[in-house]
Parts: sequence; structure tokens; C-alpha cells
Amino acid sequence: MTSGSIFAVFDPAGPYAGSITTLAWVLIAMFVAVLAVVIAALWIALRGSGRLKARLGGTRAIWIGGIGFPVVVLTALLVYGLTLTRHLTAPMPQDAMRVRITGEMWWWRVAYLDPSGRPFMLDANELHIPAGRPVLLELESNDVIHSFWVPRLSGKLDMVPGRRNTLPIQADGPGVFAGQCAEYCGGPHALMGFVVIAHEPAAFDRMMAARRAPRPVPDERGRQLFRSTGCAACHRIAGTEANGMAGPDLTHVGSRRSLGAGILPNNRGTLAGWIGDSQAIKPGNRMPPYKTLSAADLQALAAYLEARK
Amino acid sequence: MHTVRALLPLLLTAGCKPPPDEAQHMPQADPVRGKQAIVRAGCGACHVVPGLRWPQGQSGPSLEGFADQGLIAGRLPNRPDLLVAYVRNAPATLPGTTMPAMPLTDGEARDVAAYLYASGKR
Ligand code: HEC
Ligand code: HEC
Ligand SMILES: [Cu+2]
Repeated sequence: MTSGSIFAVFDPAGPYAGSITTLAWVLIAMFVAVLAVVIAALWIALRGSGRLKARLGGTRAIWIGGIGFPVVVLTALLVYGLTLTRHLTAPMPQDAMRVRITGEMWWWRVAYLDPSGRPFMLDANELHIPAGRPVLLELESNDVIHSFWVPRLSGKLDMVPGRRNTLPIQADGPGVFAGQCAEYCGGPHALMGFVVIAHEPAAFDRMMAARRAPRPVPDERGRQLFRSTGCAACHRIAGTEANGMAGPDLTHVGSRRSLGAGILPNNRGTLAGWIGDSQAIKPGNRMPPYKTLSAADLQALAAYLEARK
Repeated sequence: MHTVRALLPLLLTAGCKPPPDEAQHMPQADPVRGKQAIVRAGCGACHVVPGLRWPQGQSGPSLEGFADQGLIAGRLPNRPDLLVAYVRNAPATLPGTTMPAMPLTDGEARDVAAYLYASGKR
């Protein structure tokens, strides 16, 4: 699911990632230039004529090449780099959308915040944003250090327990962008992906309004099973008695593109597979396997969750 | 000569199962696309699929060596038409099976079947 192409780093889809990519290219160009100078010096040292060696071998060469050149180039680079990326730390517009993302072993809690900073909608593992607008993320962690990284939308920033780091992201156009935890956090860390979906602003507003409307849950059998099987102890589904917070919020799980934190396609079949034995899919994750559920119960639970849009 | 004639029907029916390559030949299907469809649909959530390193789910049987298998889910003859129907909508093809219906188009289901036959030989 996570299209983990390394080329994503060179394919920015918004202004924040854009300036980081530009800086990366400048650094790569400098690396190539310096390497060329070193190779040339080496060649002169091994094969060059005596006169050339004598001219380059004095203290003057050390003053120019060893001190003057690095001081000038590195200072210029520092000034350029800080100027280029200053919007990454600049204050955001007052009315910018804010979302709190909390790293968990090995998934992500997502809370959309109102202007006063209080959560008004909970979700997990996927983030919906309006295209063309900056969004401020508050990054936190409940256990160990994680690192939030959606390479095409912004930089990489650690989530440190007890701290709140902020990271702006923006997508210039609608699209789906893969992310990945970028700090080893134990066990299935490599299977801790993330998905950002950018919508046209009008479509985004419609989607959020639909999600905030009252949510009747007509499937009595699924709801009952969800409670009696024990799922409700760890998972919340708004509008029902399920209120557990140890696992991802499943209120909108049916509208996710992925399961298991951005790693598995989401459909009724994979939902059933995840519930039955998530340990075979994501070894070490904190949800127990339910191998003894009957096929009928498993299908009913999967259908119930698939309908939680 | 006569004995050969008399034995011919016996010889023809002796191998109950026709040679797999013939019977499992699916000219219009593409195993490469089939593998992509398997990844997209997430069959690995429940199956070990040949050629797929992750995921290797355990809820369903391993599909390694499926081409050489006589029956689908122990009950249906292992024929292309039935396999295509089964991977797409198992409950409708074989009532009572625990394999769920999967989001595949008919064309994708053919490709998936072709992949299982091409890669699932022991
Ligand atoms: C002990 C707590 C616990 C119980 C009980 C539990 N889960 Fe989970 N569940 C989790 C955790 C933790 C995760 C996140 C796993 C990960 O991705 O690392 C999870 C993930 C999931 C997901 C994937 C969500 C997503 O966005 O990727 C689904 C679906 C799910 N659980 C359904 C269920 C169902 C149905 C039951 C009951 C049969 C159940 N869970 C019981 C803790 C639990
Ligand atoms: C929810 C888990 C689940 C998912 C997802 C799933 N299957 Fe299955 N599958 C099963 C189970 C369980 C069986 C055994 C059914 C039975 O014996 O009635 C099975 C049986 C099969 C069989 C027959 C195997 C045999 O040895 O007879 C094939 C072929 C198959 N599945 C292919 C697929 C393909 C292709 C996909 C993806 C499009 C897929 N399955 C997705 C659970 C799943
Ligand atoms: Cu991690």
C-alpha cells in the first residue's frame, strides 16, 4: 500500500517539500563539485608534473583551499539554506487547519482540532487535508520516539514523548501521499505507514460535514458482536457504546484506503483477514488474533466495519 | 492390434487428471497482471501466495503448489472457469466456504487464476 519509492524524496508535491528538495539538489551538486576537486588533486599528486606540484604544495594552498574556500562556501550555504526553508518554521495563518498526530507502537492517532485546539473528530492512520492550503500538524508520542515523514509533502520530524513538535504540510493538488515512521520504534516499525489524502477544498468541506453529521448505526448484529467479542475494549466507534482507546479509532475505518497503518489494502476480505490473524500480517502488533471466531462472525464483523464510512 | 484397441479407452481414462498445462491454459489472461491484482486486492492477508514475500497470512490455505491440486477448497474441480468464479465471489460459487468475496473484476479474476496456475506448480 505504501508506495515506498525512494524517488518520492525527489518528487515534491507542495511548497514545504519543494524547498527541501531544492536544497537537497544544491547539496548533491556541491558534493559532486567537491569530489571532482578531490579527484583532480589526487591525480596531480600521483601523476602531475613537478612544477604543478610545487605550485600547489605550499602553505598558500592550505590557506585558500583548506580554510578560505570552506568558510566562504559553508557560510553561503548556511545563509541560503536558512532563507530557502524559513517558511517551514514561520508562524502559520491564524485560521489554518490544525491536526494532532500521536505516534503509538505501531500506528498513528489522529485528532482534528477546532480553533481553540480541542479535538472535534478522532481518526487513525490516515489524514484528509484540503489541497492548496497549509495545514499545521502537532506531533506527539505516547510511548517511544517515532518520526513523522510524508516525503512528498514536508520534512521529517521526530515525535518525542512529553513534547509537542509542529510541522506544516501542504499539497498543491488532490492526491494520495504515502508516509512512513522514520525512527526505529521496535517490532513492526517497518510496517508503520501513514496515508495523506488531499481533496479539492469544496470536496474536503463536504466530506468533513458528512462525517460530523449524526451517525446512525443500523447493523445491530455487528454492533453486538463488536461488543461481545471484546473489540470495544480497545476500539472506539462514535455513536455506539464502543469507547476503547488502546487501538485505532474505527468510526471511519470503512473509508480508509489502508489497514494496519497504511500497509494493507482495505476491503471486506482484508478486514476479515486482519481481524482473524493480524499477527501473521503485522507480527508483534498489539492486537490479539481471533483465530477461533466462526467464519460467519468474522464476515459479520468485517461487513460491520466496512460500513463505518 | 486388437488388444491395443481394447485397451485404448482404459489408457485414455487412466490419467483421471488431464495434463495440467493443457487444462490450465488460459490464453486471454496475463499472469503478470494477475500478480498485481493479488497485491492490490490483498489476498496475502489470508494466504501464503507464491512469489509474494509479504504479507503471508495464515487464515486461509497456502496457495503454493495450487496448480497441482485436484480440488478447489476440497470440493470444486480445479478448472479455470470455476477458479475464476471462486477467487472473485467464493460464497456464491461454493456456498458455505469461508473464503470471502474479493473486489476483483472478471478480467482481473482471470489474470489471478492464470497467475495461480503459472506460479503455483510444485
Ligand atoms: C487489546 C486491544 C485490542 C483488541 C481487543 C482488539 N484490537 Fe483491533 N487493534 C488494536 C491495535 C493496537 C491495533 C493497531 C495495530 C497496528 O496497526 O499496529 C488494532 C487495529 C485494528 C484494525 C485496523 C485499523 C486500522 O486503521 O488499520 C481493525 C479493523 C481492528 N483492529 C478491528 C478489531 C476487531 C474487529 C476486534 C474484535 C474482534 C479488535 N480489533 C480487537 C487493538 C485491539
Ligand atoms: C479473509 C481471508 C481471505 C482472503 C482475504 C482471501 N482468501 Fe482465499 N481462502 C480463504 C479461506 C479461509 C479459504 C479456504 C476456504 C474453504 O476451505 O472453504 C480460501 C481458499 C482459497 C482458494 C482455494 C485454496 C485451496 O487450497 O483449495 C484459493 C485459490 C483462494 N482462496 C484464492 C484467493 C485469492 C486469489 C484471494 C485474493 C483475491 C483470496 N483468496 C483472498 C481466506 C481468504
Ligand atoms: Cu517507528
